[in-house]
Amino acid sequence: MADLSVNICGVEFKNPIIPASGVFGYGREYEEFYPLSRLGGIATKGTTGTKRTGNIAPRIAETPAGMLNSVGLQNPGIDHFIAKELPNLLTKDTVILANIAGSTPEECAEVAAKLDSTDVHMIELNISCPNVKQGGAAFGTSCTMAEQVTAAVRKATSKPLVVKLSPNVTSITDIAKAVEAAGADAVSLINTLLGMRIDIKTRRPILHNNVGGLSGPAIFPVAVRMVWQVANAVNIPIIGMGGVTTGEDAIELMEAGASAVQVGMACFTDPFAPVKIIGEMNDFLDAHGISAVRDIVGTVQPW
Amino acid sequence: MKYTQGCYPIVEKKLIAQDTVSITLRCPEVAAAAQPGQFVHILPKGYGLRRPISIAGIDPEAGTLRLVFAIRGKGTKELAGLNEGEYMDMIAPLGHGFTLKNDAQHVVLVGGGIGVPPMLPLAKFYGTKATAISGFRSFQQVILQEDLEALGAQTICCTEDGTAGAVKGFVTTPLEQLLSEGVDAVYACGPMPMLRAVADVCMRTGTYCEVSLEERMACGVGACLGCACRTRDEKGEEQFVHVCKNGPVFKAEEVQW
Repeated sequence: MADLSVNICGVEFKNPIIPASGVFGYGREYEEFYPLSRLGGIATKGTTGTKRTGNIAPRIAETPAGMLNSVGLQNPGIDHFIAKELPNLLTKDTVILANIAGSTPEECAEVAAKLDSTDVHMIELNISCPNVKQGGAAFGTSCTMAEQVTAAVRKATSKPLVVKLSPNVTSITDIAKAVEAAGADAVSLINTLLGMRIDIKTRRPILHNNVGGLSGPAIFPVAVRMVWQVANAVNIPIIGMGGVTTGEDAIELMEAGASAVQVGMACFTDPFAPVKIIGEMNDFLDAHGISAVRDIVGTVQPW
Repeated sequence: MKYTQGCYPIVEKKLIAQDTVSITLRCPEVAAAAQPGQFVHILPKGYGLRRPISIAGIDPEAGTLRLVFAIRGKGTKELAGLNEGEYMDMIAPLGHGFTLKNDAQHVVLVGGGIGVPPMLPLAKFYGTKATAISGFRSFQQVILQEDLEALGAQTICCTEDGTAGAVKGFVTTPLEQLLSEGVDAVYACGPMPMLRAVADVCMRTGTYCEVSLEERMACGVGACLGCACRTRDEKGEEQFVHVCKNGPVFKAEEVQW
């Protein structure tokens, strides 16, 4: 049995596997399948200053080895989260990363300030949602905006701050460096890649939002590349994600430079995916005589 | 632990109409828990997303579940290619089903096309108290009329082109006639235009109506918020609820048509 624990920004995770924000709600549904304590952590559904209704359906489209979504940050708002969801999550013996978003740096800061007085373990600031008109990816695709919003949230909280990056940029390393300079304690990447599908008979986009975020195995190689590039550009830890489906995928992302790994679409294919991935990582480490998973972080030997 | 996921063997498979398959699975724990109107979430091999399929038969004694689905795309084609003895990866039972009324004297089950299968468990519950109106485009699509009759329901089959059944045209024509005689509840599943028309007729006549909706889904359990449906709550406030967890069955008056 390998040591699967990792430490990110002083927060101890029993294993490196975290269901990604947006796939796992606030944990209640998947708790009907297995105890949440088996997970390293949970990144909660992106939560904003006030309640948001999200986009009109269809919000989901299947694609080869992946899927598009355009949920549009539907959430009950931070006050509801803190009053009704967070207390329950904090009893689950797993690390809680509260994923937050907003239309303006001020909204993001306000949400972070409210979380600052709770016992939440980490804040994951989403500057990369492709499905909302304001904020979201608009923050994540400009170094200046990314820096501004990160700085605003940094001022509002002393919690460990993870900034979730968009892959829909020319240079993700520039954005990563900008948020590091603005006070991010870690970065998580990649969010979804912007995509589109059309029903060729009706000539209508399948998503009512026309475009949406691509996730799933199709984007895994992009995730590996970007995690590796960012790992070489910043000195803060990285939480990697993007199409991770197996324990071997998770190991690969960690060798590329991730200290922990989030699991998204795989939860839909198999609700037990995060739990299975933990088991498979352990099997790999045991089979290769590696005693601690943290020892593989960033160990890729580039040509 | 409310949801079960497992791989369940196919004990019977039949092609019951053009591109329409009936599959019976042995899954005692699901058959013991399933309610009319609930659905199952099945993973076609090689695909990333599951396919939501309504439950067409629940037999707790035999420990089986019957599913009837149309081959709509590659995923359902893959599922339809499975044979007796092979396994289906299924999460079930899911969603919020139909409200069963013990004191009802006469109910109407309205199924349109591949919306007919979820009417079967209702027909089983209501027996001779049910009239089942089924609508199809043409005779090639007609399914499950004998099954409904075997459960005691009186059947009225409609086809748009008049190539089968007693009625040429839409389900709303016989429905309006039945409603004028007084009906305790209407349950409907089918394409959106049909559901809208059924809901409209029921609201006009003040008849209790529940509809089963369909939407593109990912998780199937209420976590991802993909399958949004616009409804109005008791306070009249518009909101998005989710077909997989809050539905698939909704009161017709809640839905924002």
